[in-house]
Amino acid sequence: MLKDKLRHLTLALLLLAPIATAAEPLVFTAIPDQDETRLRERFEKVADYLAEELDREVRFVPVKSYAAAVTAFRNNQVQLAWFGGLSGVQARQLVPGSEALAQGVEDAEFRTYFIAHRSAGLAPSDRLPKGLEGLTFTFGSKGSTSGRLMPEYYLRQRFDAPPSEIFDRVGFSGNHTRTIALVESGTYQAGALNYSVWESEVEAGRVDTDAVQVIWKTPPYADYQWTIRGDVDERFGDGFKRRIREALLNMKNPELLESFPREGFIPASNADYATIRETAQALDLID
Amino acid sequence: MASFVPSSVTLRTTLGLVALALLLLPFADIEITTVAPWRELGRLLQGLLTPDFTELDDLGTALLRTLAFAFTGVALGVAIGGLLALVFHHRLVRAGCAFVRAIHELFWALIFLQFFGLHPLTGVLAIALPYAGVFAKVYAEILDEADPLPKQVLPAGTGMLSTFLFARVPDAWPHLVSYTAYRLECGLRSSAVLGFIGMPTLGFYLQSSFAQGHYSEVGALLLLFYGLIATLRLWARPQLVPLYAVAAPFLLGSGLPIVWGNLTRFFTQDIVPAPLRNGEGWAALGQWLSDLLLTQALPGLWTTVVLTQIALVLTGGLALIAFPLISRHFTSRAGGVAGHTLLVVARSTPEYLLAYVLLQLWGPSMLPAIVALAIHNGGIIGHLVGRRSNELTLRPDASRGMNRYAFEVLPRLYGPFLALLFYRWEIIMRETAILGILGIATLGFYVDSAIQELRFDRALVLIVITALLNIGVDSLARALRRRLRLKHAASSEP
Repeated sequence: MLKDKLRHLTLALLLLAPIATAAEPLVFTAIPDQDETRLRERFEKVADYLAEELDREVRFVPVKSYAAAVTAFRNNQVQLAWFGGLSGVQARQLVPGSEALAQGVEDAEFRTYFIAHRSAGLAPSDRLPKGLEGLTFTFGSKGSTSGRLMPEYYLRQRFDAPPSEIFDRVGFSGNHTRTIALVESGTYQAGALNYSVWESEVEAGRVDTDAVQVIWKTPPYADYQWTIRGDVDERFGDGFKRRIREALLNMKNPELLESFPREGFIPASNADYATIRETAQALDLID
Repeated sequence: MASFVPSSVTLRTTLGLVALALLLLPFADIEITTVAPWRELGRLLQGLLTPDFTELDDLGTALLRTLAFAFTGVALGVAIGGLLALVFHHRLVRAGCAFVRAIHELFWALIFLQFFGLHPLTGVLAIALPYAGVFAKVYAEILDEADPLPKQVLPAGTGMLSTFLFARVPDAWPHLVSYTAYRLECGLRSSAVLGFIGMPTLGFYLQSSFAQGHYSEVGALLLLFYGLIATLRLWARPQLVPLYAVAAPFLLGSGLPIVWGNLTRFFTQDIVPAPLRNGEGWAALGQWLSDLLLTQALPGLWTTVVLTQIALVLTGGLALIAFPLISRHFTSRAGGVAGHTLLVVARSTPEYLLAYVLLQLWGPSMLPAIVALAIHNGGIIGHLVGRRSNELTLRPDASRGMNRYAFEVLPRLYGPFLALLFYRWEIIMRETAILGILGIATLGFYVDSAIQELRFDRALVLIVITALLNIGVDSLARALRRRLRLKHAASSEP
């Protein structure tokens, strides 16, 4: 009796499910690491570009957190994603068979900038300044590589203590643009963020460099990458993964690249992110 | 309404709460540490004063979705809660309802997000489930309080259904309706806030515009939302509401398709504690659990309690100052309109935004969170007490001004005020969760961290602890209400 009902329910669900997926568009997402309007403009252009190259409907779905991007990927509601180093490692660990396809030229050697409000009295330096101790400090998002993972790693290395003990107060601004705004206004005395966001914001004249400056740059590490699910060939046809990779690597439109901003895209592999994974394990951010 | 003279018990309870808050104050970090907040605040103020409605396409859709999620969620909550109210005397039902309503809508949404993903069902259930728990309880209380006389005079052998429909419901009906209408306003707030985690409601755009510093858009969105709440009585007519509720499910948008396998995965893998999932045995589970309790749950619990108790007292203070703003015993008609506007703004601005603005002003500490909670909840209680005060009839020669407040009105309203504050106690505690975002390490902060780290096993343990804490505070508040013999008045419960 119950079994019958269950079977009916399952059948009904099975019948309902394909209605939505009948057109089978490729859906992708991206971590919300900075201004959403700009992300949306950027990725809608990418969607158009990919649709043309792949001759298939491509849809971009914005999400509100790094974890939501990973979850959508894991749940197969999106098949492709522009992840950060850490979120990519999390996603690939959760979805066996998924792989890093391509990274930006800059992502092979990415950096974190530590910034501080002038009133904190810290000068730019070759080592992480000891003077950070006892200040207020903001990371970016909890799941960010350049805004959380790497800065926390270097802080622990330098001070041999967790951030909560180094600083008077620790916050999570949510994204890199917000980190700049909070340190610029002196709400937090110091912070750490994605170097590329810092440089493009400074270039665009959106930062009051009299109020906030870079005090230390981390050594390079691997960051952002396009990651794809392992089952896309089965779903979208043989060679689909290869075609996406080619489309990404062949992205030459300057306007499109400028919006990332990246010089271009180069091949990436899961192995490129082994260091990120080990660092995240050391900080107990992943199991 | 019976007048209420503050007894010494009431006074002692009030002083006790104030003393506890003062005692906890040294443990709360309330330092002011900003350097140059005025630039950003100036931009914010300017933005709010020059709202930008040019993105009206998006705004219209967002407004529609906010309404659709609220109506669908609340309607579903009413349906489930109404049925549960009939069997509310069962202990299991009681406990189940207490549990589902002890978890904040945002946490429900974050849980559903794991397996339904960005599908409307996530948002609808996140509202419907906790609301069903609330409706079940309040409906049951209202029905219990209905006049027992009609039932007693029914002829023997009257069927259960007939008894219920003809002897109990008619007397309780106005209370049921007014309480449901009140919850609809709460539903609209919940619906808007769900946008913060990705549902396509007003909160979605509010969060983006705010995070990007597009304050003119923030101004436009907030104005729309205030307008929606302030005019609720005009467009949400009792005869129209069923119509809205029927149309709402069709206006939720499509989201992304649900993949049902994720549901099984969530319950059979994600929430199984890591040591068990990895087959490390029970000893490892003990270690895992004690680590979680010692490094996250206990510190989180302490911060949550400190924040809640201080915010509770400040909320009470603000409500007592705020209610005369809309009371006809203290304000003219024009003044009343201004007062209403102020209270609509206070109670409809999401605490999260308030806290963020205050964070800019005072820097990172518990202070922005305390004040944000107090403004929001003080606005709600002030609104309800003010409305209650308008039902009072004073002698024509009653004193005026301060004397009227202190010796005529306040003594009569202090009981209902305290009852409302006690109802709000648990809600304030639940809301501390969302302020974890400011880096204030409440239980909500650790829940959010666990979810950001995709560790749902940890998140679940912490959510259950949060729920138990809320249930505990709720029963404490109930015991206090009973001891103080505060009139129940479930229909005005927030």
